[in-house]
Amino acid sequence: MSHLQAGHYQYDEIDRRFLTERVEQFRRQVERRIAGELSEAEFRPIRLMNGLYLQLHAYMLRVAVPYGVLSSAQLRQLASIGRQYDRGYGHFTTRQNLQFNWIKLVDVPAILNDLAKVDMHAIQTSGNCIRNVTTDQFAGAAADEVVDPRVYAEIIRQWSTLHPEFTFLPRKFKIAITGATTDRAAIAIHDVGIRARALGQGAVGFDIFVGGGLGRSPFLAKSLRAELPQADLLAYLEAILRIYNQYGRRDNIYKARIKILVHEVGIDALREQIDAEFERIRGPKYRLDPEIVESIRAHFASPPFEDLPAKSPAFEAALARDAVFARWAEINTVAHRQAGYAAVTISLKPPGGIPGDATSDQMDAVADLAERFSFGELRVTHEQNLVLAHVRRDDLRALWQELGKHGLDTANAGLIGDIIACPGLDYCALASARSISLAQQISARFADPEQQHLIGELKIKMSGCINACGHHHVGHIGVLGVDKHGVETYQITVGGSAADDAVLGAVVGPAVGYDEVVAKIGRLVDAYLELRAPGERFVDTVARLGVKAFREKAYGTAA
Amino acid sequence: MALLLKDGAVAEDAWVVVGDDDAAAVPEGAVIVSLDRWRRDRAALSARNTALGIRLKSSQLAAEIAADLDRFTLVVLDFPVFRDGRPFSTARELREHHGFTGEIRASGHVLPDQYQFLVRTGFNTVVVGEGANLASWRHALSEISVAYQAALSAEQPLSNLRRRLDPSGS
Repeated sequence: MSHLQAGHYQYDEIDRRFLTERVEQFRRQVERRIAGELSEAEFRPIRLMNGLYLQLHAYMLRVAVPYGVLSSAQLRQLASIGRQYDRGYGHFTTRQNLQFNWIKLVDVPAILNDLAKVDMHAIQTSGNCIRNVTTDQFAGAAADEVVDPRVYAEIIRQWSTLHPEFTFLPRKFKIAITGATTDRAAIAIHDVGIRARALGQGAVGFDIFVGGGLGRSPFLAKSLRAELPQADLLAYLEAILRIYNQYGRRDNIYKARIKILVHEVGIDALREQIDAEFERIRGPKYRLDPEIVESIRAHFASPPFEDLPAKSPAFEAALARDAVFARWAEINTVAHRQAGYAAVTISLKPPGGIPGDATSDQMDAVADLAERFSFGELRVTHEQNLVLAHVRRDDLRALWQELGKHGLDTANAGLIGDIIACPGLDYCALASARSISLAQQISARFADPEQQHLIGELKIKMSGCINACGHHHVGHIGVLGVDKHGVETYQITVGGSAADDAVLGAVVGPAVGYDEVVAKIGRLVDAYLELRAPGERFVDTVARLGVKAFREKAYGTAA
Repeated sequence: MALLLKDGAVAEDAWVVVGDDDAAAVPEGAVIVSLDRWRRDRAALSARNTALGIRLKSSQLAAEIAADLDRFTLVVLDFPVFRDGRPFSTARELREHHGFTGEIRASGHVLPDQYQFLVRTGFNTVVVGEGANLASWRHALSEISVAYQAALSAEQPLSNLRRRLDPSGS
């Protein structure tokens, strides 16, 4: 990791020893399974807690990318694993992780060993435990950041790793944290959502939300506690988890998430229980020591930024003479807190492509570009794209040209082509319907950059079953595939959002068949273009006019 | 015959489990009764001058016996299936909130892969089946030497997030 200059949690000898022991432990567990000492029912959760799923056609290995941050060296290793053990690519997920979809069981110990060489693993990427903590892909870079969420994401990652009490929970448990004024971590749809805030005089505090989640019973998280002091973060999380571990339902896996406990007990009663537990736990033993926080914060120090003027003449000139570049720069870059820099989204959503897929060659290319332009570090976004967080504005054009050589210059971040889709029936054992191929058709249908630009921000999210891995409930347009008497059928919702204005979408009309989805989305977009007021995004128009106006336009008359 | 494990080794088990059947006489010596039986025969059981243990189902949480804890020298927490993680919280509640210093024993369906978690949440002993691979149980106590959070058991803090585990588990 010689080229890594950006803030990144660097493993020390203790972390590495832990990882080595964990790899060895899993190797022994596989041996015990083969010897019959562990039954398949016993081995299954152990395998899942090491990220290994049995899918429709093969094993899938889900590699943890803690809070979505990767070094170039790590991405190169992922590229290499993809080449050697998969089919030359990997799939970035809505949990900021990476999945290999064509893994052989016999190769898994070797893969885990290769991952460990770059301080990576697949621990707790599945199973009924605390999962990989997710955060803002622009952490440490965004102009609107108040508190760097990576510091606390790393603390929570460590605290939750092989937690002795919370590894056999009623169901999986997902935590997301944001530290910016704009929530890019979708905290409202997580079991626990955390908003880190500056409380004045250098103090950090947290607003805690609980019980968000999608799946077959979607709920937005409710406010649990405001301004929790930094020192109490872990004690409070312990209290939440302990109440959940004891009282969360275990009789029905579809009612086992904490959102159902919140719903059934009520947020006020649950808050009383959690607060009482917290008062008992809150003591010196579980207090988060400020020195620990500062030692972890030191890992995330700013990279050695150059002192640059806010305006880059080279960038301005390039914008003026190259409209295609200008469109990409407008759509795929965001303001940086450091003058003269920008954060760049690398779209993994080319028209007709599989959302979130990257070839090993593309991963190598991005690793090189991250070293050349962004201090050797990059991020995975929950929208299944990549981010170079710290690029000099002077370099944006050169970066864009390089990205173009690898098919990575699609200008559609946040636009209609930037679709979130779960793997669906093409890979997933749980799926009821295809998801990926529809996403490919939609992005191809709206491939024209001019048209995408004209439509503006429009987030399509697609799931191939009610488990909602594609977050369809919170899509501006959501598409849910279900199996209706053996036929793939799709329910379309509009008006959802996972951002600060988080809201669940509403069904817009009768479900349609596989072949009708793209045309129906076309009609919804046409309706929006016809109905929108100046400056309105798709969701704004739905909010203003209601679902009915869209239903009439898109379903009212024969196509 | 089930075996009792303590610190990774087979230990002698002086306790006798008593059923819920009213007619059966409670034998002499240390006995383990269910929560139901304790509630029903509280007076008679209290009058005995021998050690008393209580056995909780995973759905019976620490608060159910908190008021009576000083009557018991042993609490057995039953795992109906290893995936039911409630007893981990119950053990910790008993230790940390209710100050229980007696023996906490895991019974039912538990795996060697959970041994370290048991020790770290306050269990002292585990009942394992006759066919259990004792080498796996012994090895489980030392296969991970680093912990990332404060818990129970003898562990040496490296920092207040990280700690080194005592492989003896005591």
